[in-house]
Amino acid sequence: MTYRSLAAALAASAVLPLSAAHATDLEVTHWWTSGGEAAAVAELAKAFDATGNHWVDGAIAGSGSTARPIMISRITGGDPMAATQFNHGRQAEELVEAGYMRDLTDLATAEKWADVVAAPALLDSCTLDGKIYCVPVNIHSWQWLWLSNKAFEDAGIPVPANWEELVAAAPKLREAGKIPLAVGGEPWQQNGVFNVLMNALGGKDLTLKVYDEKDAEVAAGPEVAKIFQALAQAREMSQGGNVKSWNEATNLVITDRAGGQIMGDWAQGEFQVAGEVAGTDYTCLPGLGETELISADGDAFYFPLLKDEEKSKAQEVLASTMFNPEVQVAFNLKKGSLPIRKDVDLDAANDCMKKGLAILAAGNTIKSTDSMLSPDTTTQTNTLFTEFFADPSITPEAAQARFAEIIANAD
Amino acid sequence: MAAQRPSQLFRNLNAKIASIPMILTAVVVFLGGTLWTVVYSFTDSKLLPRLRFVGLDQYERLWSSNRWLVSIENLAIYGILSLVFSLVIGFVLAALLDQKIRFEDTFRTIFLYPFALSFIVTGLVWQWLLNPDLGIASVIRGLGWTSFTFDPLYNADIVIYGILIAGLWQGTGLVMCLMLAGLRGIDEDIWKAARVDGIPMWKTYLFIVIPMMRPVFITTLVLITAGIVKLYDLVVAQTGGGPGIASEVPAKYVYDMMFLAQNLGQGFAASTMMLLTVAIILIPWAYLEFGGKRRG
Repeated sequence: MTYRSLAAALAASAVLPLSAAHATDLEVTHWWTSGGEAAAVAELAKAFDATGNHWVDGAIAGSGSTARPIMISRITGGDPMAATQFNHGRQAEELVEAGYMRDLTDLATAEKWADVVAAPALLDSCTLDGKIYCVPVNIHSWQWLWLSNKAFEDAGIPVPANWEELVAAAPKLREAGKIPLAVGGEPWQQNGVFNVLMNALGGKDLTLKVYDEKDAEVAAGPEVAKIFQALAQAREMSQGGNVKSWNEATNLVITDRAGGQIMGDWAQGEFQVAGEVAGTDYTCLPGLGETELISADGDAFYFPLLKDEEKSKAQEVLASTMFNPEVQVAFNLKKGSLPIRKDVDLDAANDCMKKGLAILAAGNTIKSTDSMLSPDTTTQTNTLFTEFFADPSITPEAAQARFAEIIANAD
Repeated sequence: MAAQRPSQLFRNLNAKIASIPMILTAVVVFLGGTLWTVVYSFTDSKLLPRLRFVGLDQYERLWSSNRWLVSIENLAIYGILSLVFSLVIGFVLAALLDQKIRFEDTFRTIFLYPFALSFIVTGLVWQWLLNPDLGIASVIRGLGWTSFTFDPLYNADIVIYGILIAGLWQGTGLVMCLMLAGLRGIDEDIWKAARVDGIPMWKTYLFIVIPMMRPVFITTLVLITAGIVKLYDLVVAQTGGGPGIASEVPAKYVYDMMFLAQNLGQGFAASTMMLLTVAIILIPWAYLEFGGKRRG
């Protein structure tokens, strides 16, 4: 009797690990921690758990610039996670070159990713020497101006339809005690404002000449000088904000203390979490209402090479899950970004997302700045623009001269 | 018949074997790591180290970078002021506590407590205290002085002093304790002799006690200087280097270059410059301190 129950217990303990082996734990690191982002990432985790595996969440707070060094040192230091977020482009370039990342080409061919992807640029930025190394999960574009309808109502003026009108409305907003433009104090946000102004006021050709061809003469020329003048206006309009992170700045717009904010479409998640409705509570202007052009920026997941067989298999399951049409819809609705597949429909999409989808369908896209400039150059421009925003004594001309020099030395 | 004198190498063998791990650590980790860093600072290493030499390019870029120059200037201001103030405040506090006052233990605990906090916590606390909307400035404005402004962390010209305040708050307690220990080590008879000779108290401190406390001062100096050079976390927690680049420091430059910009070569060049600065200060001092008076 006792022998039999003992044997049963032994058998059970031997069977358990076997069945548990199918449910593999994968640690996924990312920097999605704000309200809207966390809700979106929970969708990915739910979908992956449904495949019988287990998503171990490795959220790293403090935006990409805090998270990426941690991720990179874990990968190069021999303690890789199973999957990690990066902005595709050149951030993970060297890690791929050095052979730290899993090649996903077989999975991509089997599932015909190239046929269904919304913009070819998305897979291109995951590709190195003809092999695919990452799964794009969303399209984010930087080129949006978010406006608080209530703030303009309080100031007694109509909601602007483009950048020029916002600049003209700034004095009225000041009188009403509002900050015309909310800009967070972090370098990447200030750099983003400049890039968006360049996209919207300078157009696609100018952006490509400066960032892709790295033409220092154009960067020092009169067309870019106009962008710097606009940036000086933005600096003037942002005085008195005293906020640091992007969602604090978005919150100024949500609470109607600021007129507007130039920020990527991830800001939309914050409006949604706050229960605001596009069109009535806030207005979104793609391309600042000047040029309808959006970039195919976005997030992608990379899968470091692992020795463990089980985990490697589960990595493929995870990659496939992320590319799955239903998961794409659920994830992107929460995230406020556009799906990377063109064969899904977003009936539930709100006004702003529909505007974005229309621009995407018309093919008015531009390469992301991340994929044109190396992180080294980006850090230099970050430094330049954060200095510019903090110190009103720097003239647009002086800043432009330094900008042209950075572009001349860019790799 | 007489046994051969044991070789010098095998004298005190146990002690030598016991210190092998530490010697290895020092040679391999400290010295080896330093040499490796210096060598790679002459390469164009990006995210991963690689041996492709580019001469002094990284150093030229470093010294033409505005951000590096601002960092150096900030470190100099912070360094000099924090050295002077923590020594002066620390010594004065210790001298006051040394007057056989009541509740000495309580005061000592209060003054030393900030030292138990990490720089990150200190930085956050002072970020809030110095925030014009919810800190000291708003309290004073709430008391009726409405035109009062005190927002060092948002003013590029004085932000480094905002960081200095936090640094002093955290560090002077320790200096005070070291000084107090030094003061307690002074023989009572010295004080009695000074009193018999009619020397005023401040003169006794300045010309008799302080020179006698030389070893304590040197220990303190080393501790403070080490803290200054590695200043990083306080800045990150308090300002993140802002507004703009007004509160950048060299250690943050190194970190940002190595891990954010994915430019190891530039980061190594900056850290080599930091090492060089420390060496320039330390070597002559060590020579004077330990080399000059070698006694047989």
